[in-house]
Amino acid sequence: MILTNVDTVPGKTIVEHFGIVQGSTVRAKHVGRDLMAGLKNLVGGELKGYTELLQDAREEATQRMAEQAQQMGGNAVVNIRFATSSVAQGAAELFAYGTAVRVE
Amino acid sequence: MDLLLENLDLVIFVVLLCLGYSAGSWAERNHYKAIEAREQELLDMAVVTAEGSFPKNNVTQAVLVTGNAVVSIDYFKRLLAILRNIFGGRVKSYESLVDRARREAILRMKTAAKEQGANMIVNLRLETAAIGRNANQKKQIGSVEAIAYGTAVRLNRP
Repeated sequence: MILTNVDTVPGKTIVEHFGIVQGSTVRAKHVGRDLMAGLKNLVGGELKGYTELLQDAREEATQRMAEQAQQMGGNAVVNIRFATSSVAQGAAELFAYGTAVRVE
Repeated sequence: MDLLLENLDLVIFVVLLCLGYSAGSWAERNHYKAIEAREQELLDMAVVTAEGSFPKNNVTQAVLVTGNAVVSIDYFKRLLAILRNIFGGRVKSYESLVDRARREAILRMKTAAKEQGANMIVNLRLETAAIGRNANQKKQIGSVEAIAYGTAVRLNRP
């Protein structure tokens, strides 16, 4: 599965378009991490726990998108975009979408 | 001593303020130093926001690379920002917050691209989102997440 965020797959030609595919996941942090983040909020700096959590979540969203593309018969997803939104207190939604294509 | 105990709220507030100021500015200085050093190191990795600015016929590989960072603001700067809300104007403490998060995210993306053996990143996109407990309250920003993503390509140098 080839993933890119440009219109084409560089070095290859697109032979078929399948339309939009998407994947999303909603994640919340566990209490321990929230507590650490609360402490870190006083002194500032990077919240490593959150960084990892969001990265994992984004990978999963991308994975789901890729699976959907595979079911359609594609072998690449082009024009991928990411979005993050806070759906509720302490939970975040990670969303990935793109166009499924078949390349040769 | 009694006076301190009577005004415990105030004492805690002042202690947090001092802690936020000292630890926050120390962490920020260190972070900026690290960012600048790594930016120098990764200077040879070209990043462009344009889409079609590479020679199309000698690309051997194209992969999606991402980088992200969540950075939180300290107690002292948060207070400054709240005060800024009253008078208006540039909120410097938030400017440095998003700047740090974004540059860190770009650096991580570049590192990921280097691991893949790429030598150029095209179509860079940046995104920011408010994260955490205060994300849904309009007035306060607790921490921000910056995402940087793009397509890493490997070019065959002639």
